[in-house]
Amino acid sequence: MRQNVLRPGLLVDINDLPLNRVEDLPEGGLRIGALARMSDVAQAAGVVQRFPVISQALLLGASAQLRNMASMGGNLCQRVRCSYFRDATSPCNKRDPGSGCAALDGFNRGHAILGTSDKCIATHPSDVAVALVAMDAVVHTRGPADDRAIPIEEFFLLPGDTPEREHPLEHGELIVAIEVPATPTARLSIYLKFRDRESYEFALVSVAAAVRIQDGAIADVRLALGGVGTKPWRARRAEASLVGKLAGEASFAEAAGQELAAAKPRPLNAFKVELAQRAIIRALMTLTNGDTR
Amino acid sequence: MSGVIGQAVSRIDGPAKVTGSAHYSGEIALPGLAYAEIVGARVASGRITSIDTAQAEDAEGVAGILTHLNMPKVNNVPLLPSLIGGPAPGETFFPMQDDVVHYAGQPVAIVVADGLEQAQHAATLVQISYAETPSITTIDQGRADAYEPEKIFGGLMPAQTRRGNVEDGFAAADLLIDAPFRFAANHHNPIEALTTTAVWDGDQLTLYDSCQGIKAVQLTVAALLGLSPSKIRVLTRYVGGAFGAKAMVWPHVTLTALAAQYVRRPVRLALPRGQMFTSCGHREEQEQHIELGATSDGKLTAIRHHKISITSPFDDWAEPAFGVASQLYACPGFEGVHRLVRGNTMTPTFTRGPGEAVGVFTLECAMDELASELGIDPIELRLRNITDVDPNTGHPWSSYGLRECFERGARRFGWAGRNPQPRSERHGNWLIGTGMATAGYPIAFFMHTQRARAHLYADGTAIVQTATQEFGTGTSTVMTQVAADGLGIGLRDVRFEFGDTDLPNAGSPVGSNGAMMVSAAVHNAATAVRDQLITLAVSDSQSPLHGADPAGVVVAGGRMTLAGDANTGETYSSLMQRHIMSDAEAIGSWDPPPLDTPHGLLTFGAQFARVAVDADLGIIRVRHMVGAFAPGRVLNPKTARSQLMGGMLWGMSQALLEGTHMDTRHGRWANASLGDYLVPVNADAPDVDVELIEVEDHVTGPLGVKGVGEIGQVGAAAAIANAVYHATGYRVRELPIAVEHLLAHLPSGPASAAAGAQPDLT
Ligand SMILES: Cc1cc2nc3c(=O)[nH]c(=O)nc-3n(C[C@H](O)[C@H](O)[C@H](O)COP(=O)(O)OP(=O)(O)OC[C@H]3O[C@@H](n4cnc5c(N)ncnc54)[C@H](O)[C@@H]3O)c2cc1C
Ligand code: SF4
Repeated sequence: MRQNVLRPGLLVDINDLPLNRVEDLPEGGLRIGALARMSDVAQAAGVVQRFPVISQALLLGASAQLRNMASMGGNLCQRVRCSYFRDATSPCNKRDPGSGCAALDGFNRGHAILGTSDKCIATHPSDVAVALVAMDAVVHTRGPADDRAIPIEEFFLLPGDTPEREHPLEHGELIVAIEVPATPTARLSIYLKFRDRESYEFALVSVAAAVRIQDGAIADVRLALGGVGTKPWRARRAEASLVGKLAGEASFAEAAGQELAAAKPRPLNAFKVELAQRAIIRALMTLTNGDTR
Repeated sequence: MSGVIGQAVSRIDGPAKVTGSAHYSGEIALPGLAYAEIVGARVASGRITSIDTAQAEDAEGVAGILTHLNMPKVNNVPLLPSLIGGPAPGETFFPMQDDVVHYAGQPVAIVVADGLEQAQHAATLVQISYAETPSITTIDQGRADAYEPEKIFGGLMPAQTRRGNVEDGFAAADLLIDAPFRFAANHHNPIEALTTTAVWDGDQLTLYDSCQGIKAVQLTVAALLGLSPSKIRVLTRYVGGAFGAKAMVWPHVTLTALAAQYVRRPVRLALPRGQMFTSCGHREEQEQHIELGATSDGKLTAIRHHKISITSPFDDWAEPAFGVASQLYACPGFEGVHRLVRGNTMTPTFTRGPGEAVGVFTLECAMDELASELGIDPIELRLRNITDVDPNTGHPWSSYGLRECFERGARRFGWAGRNPQPRSERHGNWLIGTGMATAGYPIAFFMHTQRARAHLYADGTAIVQTATQEFGTGTSTVMTQVAADGLGIGLRDVRFEFGDTDLPNAGSPVGSNGAMMVSAAVHNAATAVRDQLITLAVSDSQSPLHGADPAGVVVAGGRMTLAGDANTGETYSSLMQRHIMSDAEAIGSWDPPPLDTPHGLLTFGAQFARVAVDADLGIIRVRHMVGAFAPGRVLNPKTARSQLMGGMLWGMSQALLEGTHMDTRHGRWANASLGDYLVPVNADAPDVDVELIEVEDHVTGPLGVKGVGEIGQVGAAAAIANAVYHATGYRVRELPIAVEHLLAHLPSGPASAAAGAQPDLT
């Protein structure tokens, strides 16, 4: 808004709504209010103990000051960091549908390589959304007509031909909570974020990962990527490749390769194809070896 | 000397800054203040075909709008660095004099309104149409038309230098190093944006300006507007960082004055962050190509150092690639050439170690390659080439200390016993490497006479004044120390006043010269008052000091005593009261030595870095930096260390983070925000150790100060780049060094090899 990218006619302050609780659900899940602050969620005991990946993703996002102010609902709905979107001048299909995409042939080092279209290649910026996507969270909304429960993967839309539409929210519909189902696998989970600067920067690549190993083989695995997708990217191909395999660098590399085979890089972000694969391997190695960075 | 000089005194402006009572140029409360917002050109080249301000003028709160259609004409003023002490516009071009657009972001309208948000909003309502013409905004686009200018750097330096015969030198060499480097443009990005508040009172103009030189602001605005400098007063109390962005006087200052004249109200302009990328210069995009010739025992025989860079349509600006880089080593053959491409950018400017930061990077990376090739320790290689005289003139250094910098720095760092083999150290996923580089920074005597006034009251307290200003470096603290020392009174008894052009003249404290030149004038003023009173005492029959040799009188704590006999003496107060003097005053002045002074003039240092590179992902983190510097006399080790540490971190930033990228399609910077233009955060900062080596200097003013402003950055990036090579075995010849440069050169093979992912680059 301050940059003249968005010019809403009316602003409604929702901060007083009673939506800031973080509850442990009886079966081991979580219900996170849409207005819960990022820092509160990151510190909640149930999150730290049962969903370390969510806590870590939150703590690696933004800065302490921002996390103290920013809400979970706001984080999911934050707008892309594409500098052409934000300069309020360049052609941008997301800001000004039909005007073109300046990033396609522009400075797109930070842009997405997965889920792109020829209309938009902006990366989804959120960290915690990546962890939530890995955990099959559900976004609960309330609209003028009814309440909805939207599986989080459906909550983020691919740009396709309509990059201006990022969420299935209808006019007047609010996120009220995010539910995370009980996920025993999440106890062994991790969020790794790789970036140029040590802190206070969006990811070049990030990985949310959780695994459960049984008899040396992978019984359950959750894998999602940040920094590379036009939406928080659930790495389903990699997951499918991993289940039942022996945990080890070879199977991790193969899975990573399968996930990134669909990548559509541009010249300046082509390195992310390789970086993402190595990041996946690193995350899985770290989880299965106790390997530390 | 009272011993106040050299003490680690904490900043006297610290409490005001921490508590928020320090008022910056954008925080001066004024009745009737209006706010200005600049509209920058959307295109990089062309003409304005129409400009419609009707809608903006109708917007709420708008007080007036200036465009090229109603902007008064200003005078042409040549570009000369502010250090020289005259008018110092950042570029010879002044906006809104006609309809031509030379660069994106060039001011094409200035909107003034009652409130800041109203001005911002109205600025978006100004409708402008352009007839766009093709632009050149990168070296690649203009390479074919590159030219050799006569002079660069605001006319300060020749574009070419030669020493001896390089061809002979290369012929005599056993080994050649040939290394081309590329450097992204850099923007200074001080946290306090450039801000001007302009107030007219009749024909008198007062400017509150966030700048590095109040005198330069006064003289530049006077020259542009054709006003007498006596009509203009510039007040600048606090400045929140500058880094060269505020060394020259950019058009927005005068535009604000003109806007205030137009709306007949005080007007404030604070550049929004995005406009900080198109309003106050930058370090230009550049390429440097260095060739070294050396004998097999590591003696340099020839250096060829060429640079090509992009400048504005109006000025031949390049930061010098080889000022210091031509002086560090005794190499008989040297050839340096600058070439320029004219492009649609504003005129580049001084940026943190202008010239040295990049030129010494190039030289010192090439020296590291040479050391590797020859199998000689990098410090040893440098020791074989350093020189006690300036190789360009043959004059001895005014003071040196480089050997001690190598020794003490290496010891502090733990350099001895280093395994020169690249990739020889690994901890977990991290490849560890170490590197070093020489640092140097020039001392330039371009400034005019520096003056200060010392005013001592009969109660033994003093006000010492000069028209310098504090931009966060510690000047006001250090000058308080120098004044207290010169007067022989306590630190708390001195108030140092600055930041007002009505005070005695001081030049712009740029080029790391502030401490040297201002301290000289302050010292001379303070000691002049002291000497007046000593003279009075020894000639006063009622004084215990009567008849003493003035040279044998010392002053401490406001009391004059015989040297070696603390019991014989009296205080300033008792002397002055007896003589019914309410105060004593003197102007002190200092003239720099002539430009052809027979001395080599550099400050020296040595930089060391330890880096960790993620063996699979190529992420680089700096773990430890050590810098050893010989800045002459150290006035305050605390503020000196802070400056040097800050400089070293800027060097890290230069090596790994900072780069502004041009989108050539629109001729606009593609990452003009602090979210996209990365500078280090605290989490990036490694342990930084600073060693101070005091060397005596009798050329650089009465106190022998050389300066610590920028040398901290020089060589730091090279030490890091050399350490990255040592960690990985791969030399990246581009700044900033990033993950994508290293990914293909790390121990782990490509992960994609197995899966066969083929980038689709269509
Ligand atoms: C400099 C900077 C760096 C950052 N770095 C990171 C990072 O590294 N990783 C990361 O994950 N995030 C990062 N962020 C984003 C930050 O964490 C916040 O998520 C973001 O700023 C949103 O803040 P907010 O909660 O105040 O949302 P707001 O700004 O209040 O809202 C954002 C959007 O969401 C909508 N919205 C808010 N709540 C609801 C709701 N309940 N229902 C429906 N719509 C809603 C708003 O209408 C608005 O469109 C960064 C932000 C900044 C400014
Ligand atoms: S990538 Fe998307 S957000 Fe960026 S310019 Fe293209 S359309 Fe706009």
